[in-house]
Amino acid sequence: MEIPVKLSCQHVWKLFGDGAEAFLSANDNVPSLQEIKDAGLIGAVRDANIEVREGEIFVIMGLSGSGKSTLVRCLSRLIEPTEGELLLEGNDLRKASSQEMIEIRRHKMGMVFQHFALLPHLTVLENVAFPLDVQGMDRSAREIKAREVIDLVGLNGREDYYPRELSGGQQQRVGIARSLAVEPDIWFLDEPFSALDPLIRREMQDEFMRLQAMLHKTIVFITHDFDEAIRLADRIAIMKDGAIIQIATPEQLVLNPATEYVEEFTQHIPRAKVLTVRSVMAVERIEEGERIDADARIESIAKKVVDSGRSLPVVDKNNEVIGSIDREAIINVLVGGELSACGVG
Amino acid sequence: MWRRLSERLSVPGMLWLSVFAFTWILSAYSRDISRALDAKWIIKYPPAWRLSLKNDISSAMQWLIEDASFGLFSFTDMTRGIAWAIDQPYNLALAVLSTGFVEGLGQEAVEVLPAISWVAVVFLVVAMGQYTKDWGLAALVGCAFIYLAVFGQWDSAMITLASILIAVPFGVLGGLLLGIAAYKWRWVDKLLRPILDLMQTIPIFAYLVPILFMFGFGPVSALIATIIYAMPPMVRVTALALQSVPSETVEFGRMAGCTPRQMLWKILVPSSRSALMVGVNQVIMLSLNMVIIASMIGAGGLGYDVLASLRRLDIGAGLEAGVAIVVLAIALDRLSQAFAERRVDLMRSNRNRHLLLRYPRTILFVLVGAASLLGGYLFPILQSYPESLQFTTGVFWEDLVRDININFFDQLEALKTFLLTGFLLPVKRFLIGIPWPWGLVVISFIGWRLGGWRLALMALALSGFIVANGLWIKAMTTVYLCGVSVVIATLIGVPVGVFSALNSKADRIVSVIIDTLQTLPSFVYLIPVVMLFRVGDFSAMIAVVLYALAPAVRYAAHGVKSIDPQLIEAGIASGCKPLQLLWRIRLPLALPEIMLGLNQTIMLALSMLVITALVGTRDLGQEVYIALTKADTGRGLVAGFAIAFIAIIADRFIATGAERLRERFGLVKQEN
Repeated sequence: MEIPVKLSCQHVWKLFGDGAEAFLSANDNVPSLQEIKDAGLIGAVRDANIEVREGEIFVIMGLSGSGKSTLVRCLSRLIEPTEGELLLEGNDLRKASSQEMIEIRRHKMGMVFQHFALLPHLTVLENVAFPLDVQGMDRSAREIKAREVIDLVGLNGREDYYPRELSGGQQQRVGIARSLAVEPDIWFLDEPFSALDPLIRREMQDEFMRLQAMLHKTIVFITHDFDEAIRLADRIAIMKDGAIIQIATPEQLVLNPATEYVEEFTQHIPRAKVLTVRSVMAVERIEEGERIDADARIESIAKKVVDSGRSLPVVDKNNEVIGSIDREAIINVLVGGELSACGVG
Repeated sequence: MWRRLSERLSVPGMLWLSVFAFTWILSAYSRDISRALDAKWIIKYPPAWRLSLKNDISSAMQWLIEDASFGLFSFTDMTRGIAWAIDQPYNLALAVLSTGFVEGLGQEAVEVLPAISWVAVVFLVVAMGQYTKDWGLAALVGCAFIYLAVFGQWDSAMITLASILIAVPFGVLGGLLLGIAAYKWRWVDKLLRPILDLMQTIPIFAYLVPILFMFGFGPVSALIATIIYAMPPMVRVTALALQSVPSETVEFGRMAGCTPRQMLWKILVPSSRSALMVGVNQVIMLSLNMVIIASMIGAGGLGYDVLASLRRLDIGAGLEAGVAIVVLAIALDRLSQAFAERRVDLMRSNRNRHLLLRYPRTILFVLVGAASLLGGYLFPILQSYPESLQFTTGVFWEDLVRDININFFDQLEALKTFLLTGFLLPVKRFLIGIPWPWGLVVISFIGWRLGGWRLALMALALSGFIVANGLWIKAMTTVYLCGVSVVIATLIGVPVGVFSALNSKADRIVSVIIDTLQTLPSFVYLIPVVMLFRVGDFSAMIAVVLYALAPAVRYAAHGVKSIDPQLIEAGIASGCKPLQLLWRIRLPLALPEIMLGLNQTIMLALSMLVITALVGTRDLGQEVYIALTKADTGRGLVAGFAIAFIAIIADRFIATGAERLRERFGLVKQEN
């Protein structure tokens, strides 16, 4: 069963500098990094191909300067790509006129910013209601809607505060509420938690997961924090020097890093947090014992298996036994030993 | 040839010294040389070679007024229309604050409604003070306005206030729109930039003349001049404020689906509100400054009082009106600053209250206004402050000045004579003596040494303009007065600035004094100076020094304060004594900043010089002033441009020099 693609970008390029378009077509749309540099241009995004599926959290991860922020701005056409194709629900975004773009942004897109980008002269309520105000919705209707999303992010009681009176975490809750007020189909989050303290960041990640469990939005999430990416993502795209190096689930990334660069990130990730039972189970099928979900992460079932002292059956979604898992396999993952990997390709 | 010469004199100091020595000899013996060569043109630019620029401008002006037409309407119709549009709100403000509403003309005039009473006005400013900040501010502005009433300045002050009330909204709105245009379209920005630069350097008097010509003598001309004068900083502040809105905020606006108009009025302008208010404050202060100068072309009020008493040498009256301007300036300055800094959340608490409770001050003000209006018919004291209770300190000041002049005449005279003969006159003789051809050579040479042939060419062109219009001698007089004042201002200002940077207690006192000096309208400086030293170059010099002191102090203090503390620590660690620290680390590193201060000092000095034409100087400022009194557009504009060009040459020379110093020290270029 294939989940439909919500947003896709094909061969998207963004070069900064004079004569970027001419340069790109002169090089048959495939200049190398060195060629771009020699032409005095900056290759912020190079030949990016992404397909974001409906309802998934798609994380774009890269260090600063890797082009991830430029890419997400290309996806929303805040920055005009130099070359490439953008499809939102199959419609060509790059063909939309500026008037059509305004309509699309008003109703289909929401965005959360790293530094919150709240308007200092408006209260929390007015900030959240702002996108609706811009659409021309009348005051009482938009305030009802705004109060709803403020409740959703747990800020009720602070409607009349001004942004500067709130903590960083609260301000970003306002940013999140504001981006959700228009009930967007696709939700862009540009390093939403990077400006927050580590503890608050964790709390906000949990909050984000809670919201997503309720709302099932299609999400493009930008971060430079690999731990965050692993924690939140359904799939991760890793970027370096403007190019996407690998797109995979967190588990696949850890098991099969495409390059040494990706491996450097994955090395320090506790595997128990990433690997699922399916990827470490033995093929031998047994029936007795408590049944373990094949898609559960090792971290969450480790204690159960270790405590039982024996092999337990592993079942798929339909509760059919597909293999087994024992203590040794769990401990191997926990202490980082060799994986008896199977199943995952 | 020049290159070889400069290479041979490897030590630059030697080069400059010899240029100076040669110039000095030429200057001292220019008369003899010209006689020996039988070439009088060396010292006096021959009238036959002059450009007829000023006549051309004058006749162009004439044509504009008499014949120019846009098809449907003529140029004169347009100026009349503008005048009418400004006259209406001005008359209304004047009626409300000062004259009252009258029906009929002349003898038959019947007062329909009197002007707003002094009690109500004082109440209003107190309420505004309390609303924008606290009771402290309320007390300050209340006292300021009561002062105006008690010392008999009320009527004039209200006329001035009416002009401000009209000029400021026009200036703010115009500046805002131009600033927005500059932000939105690059070509507008490119077009405006040099115009704004020129507006800042061209003396105010110079554009009073064409305005006078187009709009005639009267308050409307004065208002237009005020608006033009006060607008540029608002344009700059707006453009800058909009540019510094965080890019994320702009991106949010686009993601929310703002149309360009919504982006501007719902995102950009409101989120740069506090920066914009700084611009509003600037407009208010500049308007106040200009309203006084504009009294020369027909604005009444306090400015007129000062001007008239200066002309009569009526020290007491002039001083009182001058102090009244200062009081008004301080009150308006503090009020508008409080408006700028006011936190919006103060307004939240009464959001949901009843209408009557939501605007308690407004309602109280209406009540007080009505009560004093009605009560005024019974007790006139409520309507206008009675003359019998007014004080005047005029006599006191006059006596004081007389006493000072009698008792300290010898000392003051000695000081004046000493500085005049020892410093001012030799400099003047030296500068005026320089034959103009050699002057051009030296200016181009300095430009070439500092910034290459581009700068040399620009300096030559600008100074050539001055020479070609026969203004060389007058320009050199300006350079002399300006130079002397700047030297003295720097000698006083830089040590004070450095000292205050090192001593926090002194810093507090100095910054209060400097703030006050900067609030004072330039006119006011003339009064005490004329009182003590009468008219002439010396008085002009003192007034210019006082006016131009502030930037010298400010930049020096800032330069010393902003030195990387690690460098100071490195100095201490290498065993510098405090004095060594000052001479070897602090001063050299602060030098680029001090030079920028020097630049500002020169600009202020030049703008003040024009005003000192009132006390009898003989420079370009006088030329502009004479043009103003004769309504000679061409003459005024040409002399005005000459002053602006001197300013531009000085600015480019110093800026290039400061830039080279920065490079040598490896300091990053700062935006100013």
